[in-house]
Amino acid sequence: MPLVLAVFFWLVAIVTVAIFLGKVWWLPELVSAHGSAVDRQLVLTLIAAGTVFFFAQAGLGYFIWKYRGRKGGRAKYWHENSKLEATWTILTVILFVGLALLGNRVWAEYFQTEVPPDAVTVEVTGQQFAWNIRYPGEDGKFGRTDPAKIDDAVGNFLGIDEADPATADDVFAQNIMAVPLNHPVRVILRTKDVTHSFFVPQLRVKQDAVPGLAVTVHFTATKPGEYEIACAELCGMQHYKMRGRLLVMPEGDFRNWLKERAAL
Amino acid sequence: MTIHATHAAPTGFLRKYIFSTDHKVIGIQYLLLALSAVLVGMILSALMRLRLAWPEEKWPFLQQLMPEGFAGGPMTPEFYLAMMTMHGTIMVFFVLTTAPLSGFGNYFLPIQIGARDMAFPVLNMLSFWVTFVSFAVMLAALFVAGGAPISGWTAYAPLSALGEVAGPGLGAGQTLWIISIAIFCIASLLTALNFLTTTLNLRATGMSLTRMPLTVWAWFTTAILALLAFPVLLAGGILLLLDRVGGSSFFIPAGLVVSDQVIASQGGSPLLWQHLFWFFGHPEVYIAILPGMGVTSHILSTFARKPVFAYKAMVLAIFAIGFISYIVWGHHMFMSGMSPYSSMAFSITTMAVGVPSAIKTFNWLATLWGGQIRFTTAMLFALGFVSLFVSGGVTGMLLAQPAVDIPLHDTYFVVAHFHIIMGVAAIFGIFGALFFWFPKMFGRMMDERMGKIHFWLTLVGVYAVFMPMHWLGIAGGLRRYAQLTEFQFLQPLQPLHLFISIAAFVTIAAQVIFIFNFFWSMKKGKVAEVNPWEATSLEWTVPSPPPHDNFGALEPVVYHGPYEYSVPGAPKDYVMQTEPAGAAAK
Repeated sequence: MPLVLAVFFWLVAIVTVAIFLGKVWWLPELVSAHGSAVDRQLVLTLIAAGTVFFFAQAGLGYFIWKYRGRKGGRAKYWHENSKLEATWTILTVILFVGLALLGNRVWAEYFQTEVPPDAVTVEVTGQQFAWNIRYPGEDGKFGRTDPAKIDDAVGNFLGIDEADPATADDVFAQNIMAVPLNHPVRVILRTKDVTHSFFVPQLRVKQDAVPGLAVTVHFTATKPGEYEIACAELCGMQHYKMRGRLLVMPEGDFRNWLKERAAL
Repeated sequence: MTIHATHAAPTGFLRKYIFSTDHKVIGIQYLLLALSAVLVGMILSALMRLRLAWPEEKWPFLQQLMPEGFAGGPMTPEFYLAMMTMHGTIMVFFVLTTAPLSGFGNYFLPIQIGARDMAFPVLNMLSFWVTFVSFAVMLAALFVAGGAPISGWTAYAPLSALGEVAGPGLGAGQTLWIISIAIFCIASLLTALNFLTTTLNLRATGMSLTRMPLTVWAWFTTAILALLAFPVLLAGGILLLLDRVGGSSFFIPAGLVVSDQVIASQGGSPLLWQHLFWFFGHPEVYIAILPGMGVTSHILSTFARKPVFAYKAMVLAIFAIGFISYIVWGHHMFMSGMSPYSSMAFSITTMAVGVPSAIKTFNWLATLWGGQIRFTTAMLFALGFVSLFVSGGVTGMLLAQPAVDIPLHDTYFVVAHFHIIMGVAAIFGIFGALFFWFPKMFGRMMDERMGKIHFWLTLVGVYAVFMPMHWLGIAGGLRRYAQLTEFQFLQPLQPLHLFISIAAFVTIAAQVIFIFNFFWSMKKGKVAEVNPWEATSLEWTVPSPPPHDNFGALEPVVYHGPYEYSVPGAPKDYVMQTEPAGAAAK
């Protein structure tokens, strides 16, 4: 029994670490500028966690086997050892606080940096169960909205006030969004109803859209292509279907795309 | 400590078994409640796993049983979400809070400190019956029109605040859910008061604080957490209820339009609910796991025949975990729109809680070092606890960092993390405690052979279920998705779901062995001696099961710490806490 249990814990340690190392299942492809720092921090922490995990399981297994009871055997009478306790306390403090500080730096680079002034602005408004996309157009201003004017049946998902001149050049889309390649993008996240979460796995962007708030995130996409926008916060029965498409395209194509959308 | 020594043992069936004020009967009542709850919770999880593995499959048999949930053949997504909500709620509140604290704590805290009952026996009875009402109300949510709520065990507002307009189950089901939780909060508050008063005032002569078993320290700390955490959830629950039925607007901001209907409320904040919920919610996960830690220390020491390594550090670590657990709640909200500066602070505090947790793990390993391990089923579960505590704990290092949380938040990585550490590890603590104390509670031993088969199937099973969830999560697999078919990046992950579901079905089936063993051993198990494990604490000085007033005419007097195993020079390899001083040296 002791040996079997020891071997089991060793196997758990080995198999788990092997599957992580083999990247059998791994992070989605990375296509954003800030994402490499996120991935680096994730991998660094995973190595630290994996090392602790591996040695703790291996040690547990070894102790189980080594200190299995024997007939007439007597255990050691051992209460404490201040030096040993101080050592592992200090080591864990260094490891954990160190990782937290490094992680906070990555977080600050992502979240607490100014949005570049030339960033393209997109407003994304979640609703059960769709993403409403709006660009401010040439004037850089979004038109006025009024919840009372919202009427999904006629396609006024945002409650657009047509009387506002700022609305005239706004560009609308639903469940499809384009952004220019290698150019900073500012997303203003809103929601009409309940909490949603804007998640593009490849961009390493995830941010809740909170009722009553406008939350800003910014990113720079680094690879052209089509990606998926998923809702990451439970929002109701069709949460699993709340899918949008994100198109990353060269800047010229992006301008054309906006023009085409505006003409629709 | 003799205040309650006077009440005579009741004789009528009702007063003896139903409305009993005996902490031992109440403890067993809580355990049976938790056992019923865990069966319900497990069936709900089986239904979830069924849909996740085969999302579009039709189940005619289940359709007959639950026509609404299987309208059209396959399980509807809203039914899946309802099962998920109820699974989480029932497991967290009625199993993981009820069994380790109210169940075993009620039964063994008084005996382990040498008391004849809880400080407030009538209040104790009331706590149980209030919990029972709460459970009945929660189960009722499954049967009302519209079904159970679909907003998850966290009931994030405004989804949970708006009523049926926001989705099925958010009408009567959600209202019952909130009422049940509010009632549960009151019951837990009463329990906590009782535990604290009992521990502080009813200890036997010689039972100084530093001679209390670590189980008692764990229950004591857990009671402090419950005392301070549940009132916050109670307040939050009342506000949420008012938003739903009283026309208030604590969590609903102005200008919401749900399904084309303008919502009249204005001025509320959805984040306020999240703050209130998690201010309770994070201490709650320690409420679930701390008793398991106490039991694990106790069992490891008993069966390694060694003193718990660094007893004082263990007590300090429990307290440190308890204290820090109050200042980490924001790590649930890194992506919530809360200030990113707060996230940085919460990240540091969250990492800090890892330090006392790591200390406990080191000390458990050091307790094994140089031991003479006896591999009873209770010990196997305690060893499993340590393994699972490590596996579930290390992933906290990732989730504690907001930057790393960006890809991992709301994915199965989180599901894996909390299931392993607060679900399965806590359950292993419960199993360990049950195999350890069953002889004391029922006067008979549980069957060790069945116990070991059950242990092995469960251990292999839970690793097979929850390890793959990490990989699901790291690849972006989102939780609370009824199926993965709608997204290209999710579709390749389906085989993992299938594997997990099959592992889950096997693990669930294995629990039949446990249930059989539990009831069979109660009637047919080997008759237990007073101290079958050669353990040291006070419960092993009284008959199995103990009489109504626990200690009869004897007043226990304590001379030793709780973990005096293998003391050099002592005649046996353990010294009971009640053995007069000096006897040990002979």
